[in-house]
Amino acid sequence: MAKNKRSAKDRGDAPALGLVGSLRWIWTQLTSMPTALFLLLLLAVAAVPGSIFPQRSMNPETVNEYLENNPVTGPWLDRFQLFDVYSSAWFSAIYILLFVSLVGCIIPRVKKHAQALRTPPPRTPSRLDRLPQYTSLPLVEGEADTPSDDEVIDDAYKVLRKRGYRVERRSDATGRSVAAERGYTREIGNLTFHISLIGVLISVAIGGAFGYSGQRVIVEGETFVNSLVSYDAFTPGTNFNPENLTPYSVKLDKFDIVFDRESKTHFGQPLDFTAHVETRRSADAEPVEEDIKVNHPLRINGADVYLVGNGYAPVVTVKDGNGDVAFSGPVVSVPQDSVYTSMMVIKAPDAKPEQLGFQGFLLPTALVDETGFGISGDPNAINPQLHLNSFAGNLGLDDGVPQNVYVLDTDNLTEVNSRNLDAGGIVLEAGQTYDLPDGKGSITFNDLKRYIAVDVNYDPSKIPIAIFAFLSLAGLAVSLFTPRRRVWVKLKNNDGQRSVEYALLARGEDPRLERESTELHNIFDSKWPLARQKQDQGEVNA
Amino acid sequence: MPNGSNLAPINETLGNYSQLFMLLSAFVYMVAFILFALDLAKSNKTISEIDAAALKRDSEMLVGAAATSVSAPRSTKRGAPAPRADNVSENVVNDKMNYTEHSSNRNMARIALVLSWLAVAMHGFGVIARGVAAHRVPWGNMYEFLSTGALVVAVVYLVVLFFKDLRFMGSFIIGLVTLMLCGATIGFPTPLGHLVPALQSPWIVIHVSIAVFASALFSISFAMNVLQLIQHSRMNKIASGLPDKLPFMRLVPGAGALENFAYRINTIAFVMWTFTVMAGAIWAEAAWGRYWGWDPKEVWSFVIWVVYAGYLHARATGGWTGPRSAWLSIIGYGCVIFNFTIVNIFFNGLHSYAGV
Repeated sequence: MAKNKRSAKDRGDAPALGLVGSLRWIWTQLTSMPTALFLLLLLAVAAVPGSIFPQRSMNPETVNEYLENNPVTGPWLDRFQLFDVYSSAWFSAIYILLFVSLVGCIIPRVKKHAQALRTPPPRTPSRLDRLPQYTSLPLVEGEADTPSDDEVIDDAYKVLRKRGYRVERRSDATGRSVAAERGYTREIGNLTFHISLIGVLISVAIGGAFGYSGQRVIVEGETFVNSLVSYDAFTPGTNFNPENLTPYSVKLDKFDIVFDRESKTHFGQPLDFTAHVETRRSADAEPVEEDIKVNHPLRINGADVYLVGNGYAPVVTVKDGNGDVAFSGPVVSVPQDSVYTSMMVIKAPDAKPEQLGFQGFLLPTALVDETGFGISGDPNAINPQLHLNSFAGNLGLDDGVPQNVYVLDTDNLTEVNSRNLDAGGIVLEAGQTYDLPDGKGSITFNDLKRYIAVDVNYDPSKIPIAIFAFLSLAGLAVSLFTPRRRVWVKLKNNDGQRSVEYALLARGEDPRLERESTELHNIFDSKWPLARQKQDQGEVNA
Repeated sequence: MPNGSNLAPINETLGNYSQLFMLLSAFVYMVAFILFALDLAKSNKTISEIDAAALKRDSEMLVGAAATSVSAPRSTKRGAPAPRADNVSENVVNDKMNYTEHSSNRNMARIALVLSWLAVAMHGFGVIARGVAAHRVPWGNMYEFLSTGALVVAVVYLVVLFFKDLRFMGSFIIGLVTLMLCGATIGFPTPLGHLVPALQSPWIVIHVSIAVFASALFSISFAMNVLQLIQHSRMNKIASGLPDKLPFMRLVPGAGALENFAYRINTIAFVMWTFTVMAGAIWAEAAWGRYWGWDPKEVWSFVIWVVYAGYLHARATGGWTGPRSAWLSIIGYGCVIFNFTIVNIFFNGLHSYAGV
């Protein structure tokens, strides 16, 4: 692929290249094969840090944690965009240069191959015996089936054409011959592969611009309506338009988990997650019963809804010191282990006179361990209990700074219930109510529901990427496994002793060239009476 | 699609038989490995004897020629060390890696081969029994990847042996298979269980099988590239008049032949790897909601793909054939191993299903 088309003007003796000359020089360098190879290997090296350091695109929480734990090195790594490797300036620079180099390589090759497709096979070399795969087959004269000159050339022409060669009859001073070439698809495959890669890259860029992704937690009985406000988190593409969100809805009727109850070694391992949902494609469409499973997303109005997490959402009611309901509803708890010991935080900012907060655990199957701590014994809710500490005071929500709903900021709160206080911790079974000390209020554990966490993705580039990926795979296979070769068959006449000479030439890797030569030999042998002695000369040289 | 509520129970007895046969086959592989190694040593001795005899004959001819005072400049060259040695061992192995009339002389290798087939039969039973016992493909954790991977390496190698005389790689390949099986049994013993929901997809059959197959082919070409480098430096040394320190390498084809054969295998493996990555992307789209997310496993699959793409391109440019391209292939294989071991075990990602 190496190009070396610098014109004489650009070469050494010219004092300065000038702007155009310099640009052309840079272009030549960039599109040369060694540069492409270097960029390719550099891309491999540049991808590695993304697997070593946490990436914001995948796991922003882990990145923040890393920055907290490494206050010295962290910011420096961040400065070099090592937490955003795949959108970093240096990674982008490498692959953009690589693709520019690729385009610079492809365009001339497309032109060249378009020409080659219209060009007849090359002229017959005057001396075939100089080629690596050469065979000479002397004809036996005077037999009943001895072919005439015309027949030899016709037979060779037909045989080669049948084997997929592009063929042409020739006649020159050294004699009559057939020139043949095959394997034009090799280069077509090669070009298809490379062009498809560019197609993949462009599709990815388009998908990133017009797509979006969002996260949402849905508790059993809740309905998610597709609009911006319904999402817990939303990441739009650069050209995303909120008006493109179609108002479909998904209601979670029930969420089922099957755990392994037979195996001794894998007891309690989840075997199946199924979310039974009721969907409506539009506001006034008929509801449809559907299931979402781990490998079976819900495909709805062009977007895809994936089941990515689940847990328990205890329904609680908090009453304040005045006896008014300050909070009521399901609280999403975060599972910490395989038996769904789940962390939960309840904030009741409407509580009067003091705001109330709770934090602690949900134990789906509560047991007491030998030290007196409550632990969960099973992921299913056989004996659900809430183990909570309570706080009263200022939750810190009023100054408008956004807070993590899963974290209770206890700076301006007074602990009311905990194991360390006389009042002790709160332990609630389903249906029970606990009255906070000093008439600060009460909390009731009404019910236990499950929730699912879903990712909603809209990526218009999926189909084009799939098509380009398939094309590149097909192109790759064709370009690697289609042999490109030339064959010349020549009729020689040495004082009445005629012989058929033929030679093969590989263009590129072709480990089967010798076999093709043998096969041609066998075919010719079956067509014409051949003298035995002078065969196989070429194969010794090979 | 197995539905969680009606997954058929696991057949523990069959599972235990599976583990037993894995162990037994590892033992038989080990014996075959030793025999392959002995074959190299023994054949080397045979060749040396034939060589010595030929050399003696040559020198007698030379003496005779000198006596009749007819100097034949060509024949004097025969006694000198030729770069690719060996007009003799050319009859035992040739650069096309075809069997020759002397091939059948290697009894030790023939026994090793029979034992390898026996081991493959037991190993195959072990892998299939595990799948049958769990009512699924046996590709759900490190133990299963390793035991299946080892089987594919062994089968591919033994099947190629029908067509090409690659017995010079026997100790390397069967040694690798033994190592993989022992690694599975000792390093990642995993009790038989059902697949977690994320792996319950028809794509596991396509994605994992092709990945294992590609890795097996990469292993074989890696072995060839290593031998190519050794052969290359050995030839250079002999050409510059140094003594031949690795005479057993005479049983190995020339560096160029190894390079070409490794390249052919790598092209097939590369296409398979491309397919593996694509099938993985399709599966990831269905399971995780995105076709590509730079998960550590995806990163390293990408790195492997790019390194081998570089290798294929390197052969198209001048100056990058020979040892340099071999090094690229070896680096690529290093990435394959890294991706399979370090990334699976130590990197936190979505592919963390190693059961460790």
